[in-house]
Amino acid sequence: MRIIQSDVLSVGAGLAGERVAIEAAENGFSAICLSIVPARRSHSSAAQGGMQAALGNSAMGEGDCPDVHFADTVKGSDWGCDQEVARLFCDNAPIAMRQMAFWGVPWNRVVPGEQTYYKGGKPFTAFEKPENEGLIHSRNFGGTAKWRTCYTSDGTGHCVLFTLDNRAAQVGVTVIDKVEVIGLIHDGETCMGAVARCLKTGELTAYLAKATLIATGGFGRIYRESTNAVICDGGGLIAALDTGVVPLGNMEAVQFHPTGIVPTDILVTEGCRGDGGTLLDKNEYRFMPDYEPEKAELASRDVVSRRMTEHMRKGLGVPSPYGDHLWLDIRHLGEHHIRTKLREVDEICQSFLGVDPVHQLIPVRPTQHYSMGGVRTNKDGAAYGLKGLFSAGEAACWDMHGFNRLGGNSLAETVVAGMIVGAKIVEFLKGAETVIKTASVRDAMAAQQARIDDLINCANGRENPYAVKNAMHDAIMKGAGIFRNGKDLETCVADLQEILGRARRVGLRSNGKGANPELTMALKIQGMVKLALCVAYGALKRTESRGAHTREDYPERNDRDWLTRTLATWAEGADLPTLNYEAATQTFELPPGDRGYGGGKIIARDE
Amino acid sequence: MARTLTFNIFRYNPSDPASSPHMDTFTLPETERMTLFIALNKIREEIDPTLMFDFCCRAGICGACAMVINGRPGLACHTKTKDMPEDITLMPLPVFKLVGDLSVDTGTWFRGMYQKVESWVHTDKVFDPAAKEERMDNALAEQIYELDRCIECGCCVAACGTALMREDFLGAVALNRLARFILDPRDERTEKAYFDIVGTDEGIFGCMGLLACEDVCPKQIPLQEQLGKLRRKMALAAVKNILPRFLKKDF
Repeated sequence: MRIIQSDVLSVGAGLAGERVAIEAAENGFSAICLSIVPARRSHSSAAQGGMQAALGNSAMGEGDCPDVHFADTVKGSDWGCDQEVARLFCDNAPIAMRQMAFWGVPWNRVVPGEQTYYKGGKPFTAFEKPENEGLIHSRNFGGTAKWRTCYTSDGTGHCVLFTLDNRAAQVGVTVIDKVEVIGLIHDGETCMGAVARCLKTGELTAYLAKATLIATGGFGRIYRESTNAVICDGGGLIAALDTGVVPLGNMEAVQFHPTGIVPTDILVTEGCRGDGGTLLDKNEYRFMPDYEPEKAELASRDVVSRRMTEHMRKGLGVPSPYGDHLWLDIRHLGEHHIRTKLREVDEICQSFLGVDPVHQLIPVRPTQHYSMGGVRTNKDGAAYGLKGLFSAGEAACWDMHGFNRLGGNSLAETVVAGMIVGAKIVEFLKGAETVIKTASVRDAMAAQQARIDDLINCANGRENPYAVKNAMHDAIMKGAGIFRNGKDLETCVADLQEILGRARRVGLRSNGKGANPELTMALKIQGMVKLALCVAYGALKRTESRGAHTREDYPERNDRDWLTRTLATWAEGADLPTLNYEAATQTFELPPGDRGYGGGKIIARDE
Repeated sequence: MARTLTFNIFRYNPSDPASSPHMDTFTLPETERMTLFIALNKIREEIDPTLMFDFCCRAGICGACAMVINGRPGLACHTKTKDMPEDITLMPLPVFKLVGDLSVDTGTWFRGMYQKVESWVHTDKVFDPAAKEERMDNALAEQIYELDRCIECGCCVAACGTALMREDFLGAVALNRLARFILDPRDERTEKAYFDIVGTDEGIFGCMGLLACEDVCPKQIPLQEQLGKLRRKMALAAVKNILPRFLKKDF
């Protein structure tokens, strides 16, 4: 049996995983990151927008501070977040951004004097103070009171990831790529590491560690229409759920992005709307101001996505072979702005659509984008249920996002949470030794080998894993998308339960040797269907509308009954998750109030 | 006018003793706005579940899907079939170790590269969490970003005559990476330190100037301009090192 040991094992080498590993390595601990792809290909690289931190350097960010950022974050979460965590996040974000600058991120900087910006499609002038010249600049994003999104043109995720990976190399973090975790090693009380399959050779290895971190990002690929990279299939969450004791938090909280391009669902950045892009219908009429007179296109993502869907339901979408869509118009921003400030957007339109956004409209539709839910952790990043297991980034439900999150808060979370959780893991490592039980390691390895053998030998059946995946996509797109209601969710849950049965009967058509992609799919499809069930069943039970979770049959936000977080665990052999609930937050720095946008009735706590 | 596309794809699974390198042919009806991402996934899901290839972001941002497309290295996610003839030949990138079929191991190569060029900011300063950030001119930040846009797809290396001939050649990607740090005032390395890394035949003087790297770069990074600048800088550094001390001036 191949065994590799380290102090910290991060499952995932995106921004959160690497930031934690760096913290450990800087403190003298050995750290390994496992990644399905080379670290620099992590989905973190795709984030174009930016990272929120209340630096207050720019003219439009003047007067900003962590308190304002905190208020925006809590409102954005629709009071579903843990306020203690939101406070930690907002206070630490400026430090994390400055640290990234110190390590080499070429943040855009303040240029003094009169500058032209765009808001709501119209240019306006702001005067940047000479004394702030050269400090980190910030731009506008949806749902915030101040401009506080730090950025590098529109390659923020890419630049920050490369910088962090450089730092990881410098401090000696070991990154092992093309390897996939397929199960955790644990005894029901303590996590001791993970079993991983090499995606070059198919070989299994047991990675043992005192602290194991799940940082595998989102699970958007349970949806067919998703902006997520193809690797965002929830692998880490599946491993956690399979333990039977680690709960996933708020899985029903799924955010849709308003502007995925049609048909490939590649994201064009919110920066388009931040800079003044407008949404048009089939008559090329700008409809958002009719629904949201104040914020228009800059309302929060779920509001914009919902309004777009609403508008298309009225028959005002643009018909196309791929279904209805709307138009995003950025032509008025001008060639210079589009080719430089929005270059990635320009490239996406040219390369994937054959559309020139300087002269043509961009076809867009709302698309699954971000998962607020994930491995439930406490404020230190420690997972519930197993000692020695941690989680950070999109894979975690830490939980500063609640039922929605602000643009720019998620990318910032990766490095801020990585910094905070990394420090807590260092504390944990200093305080305790872990006993590795060889029987647990042997059992975990044997169980995974048996799964692989069964799939190759078709011991449980011959269902095609890709066909099962497509059935799952159909079910969840239909029943647990932007608008939800009891009837469709019930159908969705029943369909997914039937699909789970099929997933348990998957068998390979090929021999499964080496980096066999059919085996890779077969190993995860059952877990993906379980994640889909956590989403749909959680959404069915949550009889209210909060943040991105919108029930047509329960349009009001119900603070009396649902100021809670859903915890989903999966008992072995069960056909549904077990749902429990905990209070959304222990402390209220900000009492529940109006979100300030999106309308809707609120049932108060004391009603 | 719907076309039927023929895909000729290199096949070999090094982990399977029964496998030997060969070409397989698949046919697909072309659909509107089809890209190689759509086509290859269709082939794998509907025709041959063993077909190995890499996609990650599928949006031209991560560089995972580089392969040789009708003889030219490029990103498969970027490639629209409507811009291609009916016959499409796909091969894995050369230089990098083959994982199987169209999938290669770029991770190991690039990790080796950034260890060689020590791809991180070298400084004696210590980060102070209580202090404001150090200032930087925005134009300079944007210049650094221009070079930082590389996605490590490997196309430039696969297209490079020198890289194909000598394993130790750093390639345009590494030289571009170093140029990024030379530009960055946060990096305190001396000219000599840079010279020690790239002032050799493995580095800047191994480049034959064939320009293929820039031709195939999917991010249109001005690689030749960077190579030219670096060559002049390193040549100057070399001259300085052999001049007697009394003749040395600040160049």
